[in-house]
Amino acid sequence: MIIKVLGPGCKNCVSLKENTEKAMKEMGIEAEIIKVEDMKDIASYGVMRTPALVIDEKVVSYGKVLKPNDIIKLLEKNK
Amino acid sequence: MVVFSWLNRQLLKMEWLFELIRLLVEKIFGLSIDERLGGSIHFFIYDFIKIFILLSVLIFTISYIQSYFPPERTKKILGRLNGLPANILGAFLGTVTPFCSCSSIPIFIGFTSAGLPLGVTFSFLISSPLVDLASIILLASIFNWKTAIAYVVVGLLLAVVSGTVISKLKLEKHVEPYVYGNKSLDIEQEEMTIRDRVEFSKEQVKDIIKRVWKYIIIGVGIGAAIHNYIPELLITAVLGQDKWYSVLIAAFVGIPMYADIFGTLPIAEALIAKNVGLGTVLTFMMGVTALSLPSMIMLKQVLKPRLLWTFIGLVSAGIIIIGYIFNAIGYMFI
Repeated sequence: MIIKVLGPGCKNCVSLKENTEKAMKEMGIEAEIIKVEDMKDIASYGVMRTPALVIDEKVVSYGKVLKPNDIIKLLEKNK
Repeated sequence: MVVFSWLNRQLLKMEWLFELIRLLVEKIFGLSIDERLGGSIHFFIYDFIKIFILLSVLIFTISYIQSYFPPERTKKILGRLNGLPANILGAFLGTVTPFCSCSSIPIFIGFTSAGLPLGVTFSFLISSPLVDLASIILLASIFNWKTAIAYVVVGLLLAVVSGTVISKLKLEKHVEPYVYGNKSLDIEQEEMTIRDRVEFSKEQVKDIIKRVWKYIIIGVGIGAAIHNYIPELLITAVLGQDKWYSVLIAAFVGIPMYADIFGTLPIAEALIAKNVGLGTVLTFMMGVTALSLPSMIMLKQVLKPRLLWTFIGLVSAGIIIIGYIFNAIGYMFI
């Protein structure tokens, strides 16, 4: 499972990454979280609002800083 | 009408707050507000609190409304139209769509990839920072509704005209190629519940205040200094109504600057009190919000030089023209 957090580096993207790490720890998942900060790359996913969460190249959320619980639900759905 | 006027005075101009702070300064600090020090302190505290209260209430309410207009929806709505109506709608939607300036590039790319005409995207991008629901109400609070409405109308006109001119100039090939041909994101974000919207609005209030409070302090500080320390003669020498160059100076100072519109309001307020023309002040405010060095640097990533400079030139020229017009007709508003 490859998880990406999309965001140009503002505080929200950092928060999303931290929350994702927490969620993964709780689920016991060991996976790579890649932070994508380049605008071009972010836009190539079709994302207009950051931060966004991408699981295995599928955009599962955008424009929101998800809480760890919500991320856990998404991770389950997309296993 | 009387009720409206009272509401206006208490809720927007916060006369009660003015009086309260006056009492604070006069009775507790022992300073007269008609004197320099007392006047500045009074202005500083009153304006600061007023802006903060208005800001919080406004941002919350408006974010709630804006939660119904995410950029993704705007993209869908605009994708179905063409020509001038699309530009006009783009300008209107730019006003109500929430986004921070860090999103302007992804939004630009998103809209353009979806096939929206360049001019429409620009109308949206110009009106977005310029005309803001919350700042309209703040303008009405600081000046009056006539001025606020005038600002909105010219702001939207500027956005629509600039966008239309850009379409006519057919500068599509001056967009960086990677912008085209991105896939459009069509995942359905679940409909927000009322609780989601309230949560969103609260977050927006926290976020925006965190981002903006420094500019407000600086703006109120400068406003206070202008109000009471910088001699009126100096201000009118540089920015006076009768000086032909005042609009140009306001433009040169405002355009490269970056500040949130809420920070410019106390400065605008103080300048008007010192007899600076309404047009000069509007030019300054529009220059600060519509264009800035940081945003131009970001746009440089997606626009080739010719388009970038056309955009900057058009908006600057528009802002300056608006300044001259409003200096001439300003007496009708203030």
